[in-house]
Amino acid sequence: MNILSPHPVQSRSRSIAWRLTLLLTLLLTIAAAGTVVAALSYGQTAATRAFDRLLTGAALQIAERIGVVEGETVVDIPLSAFGLLSLASEDRIFYRIIGPGGETLTGDEAFPLPDDASGRGEPLLYDAVFSGEAVRAIKMQRFLAERAVRGPITVIVAQTLRARSELANEIVARAVIGVVIAGGVTLALALLAMHLALSPLRRVEIALLARDPKDLTPFSTTTPREVEALVAAINRFMARLDRRVGAMQDFVADAAHQMRTPITALRAQTELAMEENDPRKLKTQLRRIRDRAVGVSRLTDQLLSHALVTHRADSATLELIDLRRVAVEAEREARRTGGATGIELDLPADPVMVEGDAFSLREAARNLITNALAHGTPPVCLKVSITQDGKALIAAHDQGPGMNTVQLERIGQRFARDAANPQSAGLGLAIVAEVAEFHHGSIRTSVSAGGGFEVGIELPLARPPLSALARGDSE
Amino acid sequence: MTCRASFLSMAIAALATLSTVAGAAETVTRFEARESHSGDLVIASVTDLDFMRPLISAFQQGNAGISVTYVQDTSNNLDASVSIACANRSFLADLVVSSSIAQQVRLVNGGCAREIGSPVLSSLPDWAQWRGELIGLTFEPAVMVYNKAAFAVDGPPRSRFDLIDLMRQSGVLNGRIATYDIEDSGVGYLFAFQDSTEASTWGRLIEGFGRNNVATFCCSSDVIDRVADGRAYIGYNVLGSYALSRAENDPRIGVILPDDYTLVLARAGYIPREARNANAARAFLELALSPQGRAILDGETRLLTPLSGPDALARLSGDEETAFRPIPLSPALLVSLDRAKRARFLSQWRKSVTPPSP
Repeated sequence: MNILSPHPVQSRSRSIAWRLTLLLTLLLTIAAAGTVVAALSYGQTAATRAFDRLLTGAALQIAERIGVVEGETVVDIPLSAFGLLSLASEDRIFYRIIGPGGETLTGDEAFPLPDDASGRGEPLLYDAVFSGEAVRAIKMQRFLAERAVRGPITVIVAQTLRARSELANEIVARAVIGVVIAGGVTLALALLAMHLALSPLRRVEIALLARDPKDLTPFSTTTPREVEALVAAINRFMARLDRRVGAMQDFVADAAHQMRTPITALRAQTELAMEENDPRKLKTQLRRIRDRAVGVSRLTDQLLSHALVTHRADSATLELIDLRRVAVEAEREARRTGGATGIELDLPADPVMVEGDAFSLREAARNLITNALAHGTPPVCLKVSITQDGKALIAAHDQGPGMNTVQLERIGQRFARDAANPQSAGLGLAIVAEVAEFHHGSIRTSVSAGGGFEVGIELPLARPPLSALARGDSE
Repeated sequence: MTCRASFLSMAIAALATLSTVAGAAETVTRFEARESHSGDLVIASVTDLDFMRPLISAFQQGNAGISVTYVQDTSNNLDASVSIACANRSFLADLVVSSSIAQQVRLVNGGCAREIGSPVLSSLPDWAQWRGELIGLTFEPAVMVYNKAAFAVDGPPRSRFDLIDLMRQSGVLNGRIATYDIEDSGVGYLFAFQDSTEASTWGRLIEGFGRNNVATFCCSSDVIDRVADGRAYIGYNVLGSYALSRAENDPRIGVILPDDYTLVLARAGYIPREARNANAARAFLELALSPQGRAILDGETRLLTPLSGPDALARLSGDEETAFRPIPLSPALLVSLDRAKRARFLSQWRKSVTPPSP
């Protein structure tokens, strides 16, 4: 019943909004980190590439101005080469020109050559350290093939890395600013979108909380498809609750009404008996009292049985059961509790499988037996069979004339009591009818050709192909 | 007193050592701290002390506890000793100031300098600084000086074109032109080299020099002396600071900022890597470029500063048209120092200027 309390049990700490926010922030952070890493590497590459071109250009210009004049190698360092390198205005510049014999023609004699001496013809860019600072250098060769001078002239031009790192840092800084802004905007928009998308859920929540605890009518709030199932489940649940509450109220009302009359009668008869002196009459009165007590006992039994069946109709899970087994157990129970004797069982050789609740079906069968014993003419026979139109049937057969038309019309109604019979509570067939309904079956009555009356429940057979074997096997 | 005396004797000993190491041309002047001694500032420079004296005095007014030692030498000697100190990682000075800016750039390029780290750098134009390590302190044009009497009738040449025409047209200037010996003078070589890259007039100019038997000298003052006493009529590419301050007091000479373009040199200073008192050196540089320092440099020394130079010069010459071409402190200056390049340039100069031996 705590479902109806105004503060439903729920854990607020893990709201969907919270999860989504966390997830989005996490994803965006990962994406941003990835972009920054990419920008770092890109910035470095871009700066290196840009300034390597300057170096290459300067080296080419210098190499172009190497010539041979009057048998001597002449290096005329062009101003433009240094102008080009000065584009990286803050960087130190080094150069070294080496003649074919390995002698330094001009420049810094100490400037290191690349460790890797291979690839002689190709310009080679390399990193080195010179005069206490890291530098980027290019080694380029020009082959002189003059009469006097033959062989490679090596041009080395180098530059410190200040402008490179400045450019790289600038690229990275811009990327980071961009990523941070984009990330922030994306997150804000995502949170806004999430807020809007989740608003129907809040509507449902508000509707639930605002509800009167006694109001069990279905929700009419329009909900998005994603939570339709949830709302439908809530509605189904409330409908069931509504039914259950209704049934309980009915039961209490019925029970109070039905118990009061016989108990009052019992009291009156007991009081009469206490004033009776004639032992013969007393005996008669005592018998009446006993009959009345049996009636009350049956009534109690049936009321409880009815309540249980009603309850199970809502809550029991259906299982695959054999009706023959139901019949056997019902007969045994009727014998034990109701003192019924001489009941025959008419069962087929093969199982008659139905989907149902064993307890309810057993109660129904017991009530069929009790009913036949109470109103019919012995011998009573409990019969299980498969009808011609392929339904399972469990029925009680007796030799009496059966019900009249009025009784047949009222069959299944509660407290359709036979006024003549004080032991009848009028609930037996009502229970049977209820069980039949909850099993999607129906009550079936028939008058046998050879005399006798039969009342029972017809149920749909369970799917398994066993039914083909069981057909027409009744005795 | 004993303490002071012993300190003095130590200082004298140190100075004596300095002198013997660096050579005969070096002069060392020490300005004692005005109050209790708290530090030393050693300035190595090629600038005449007389030009720097007012600045040093101003510096010691603000930093009374610091003694200033001023080491003056020729540019070649200074360059050599500074290079050796840099290579040996030994201390030579807290501040090196020289008009041989190509050498200064080479030294900074070689990692001999340290970051100045002063806000004053950002106020300087780009051409007057490099890497935040080398800083231009003055604004000294390459000017022509002329003997006023010699040009009393026609007026002096206003540009290189005028000069070339004059050299070609008449023999008036034969033997009457004086300029730097660019093999001997760092500043002379620098101006000549810049001239060669600046305009096509250079070739015609040295051809004219050769034809008119140009006389060459080591120093600005020699050229100016010669023009003043009339042995020469024109002095070409003289350092403006010397010429202007001399012209103030000497009515015989006039100064021309050539119309076609006027090269401008900024005497450059840097704080060596091994400086012992970099803070004092930085304070000295900041003072030089402060309003007070500018007033001193713009004053009678006529050194000017990169900040105030253009306006001050325009005022002095009364000529608004002058196209100033400051020589940027940049590694491009290294080209002029390239061994092969220098050899070729000097041989070309020699061939043109030296009259064919009879």
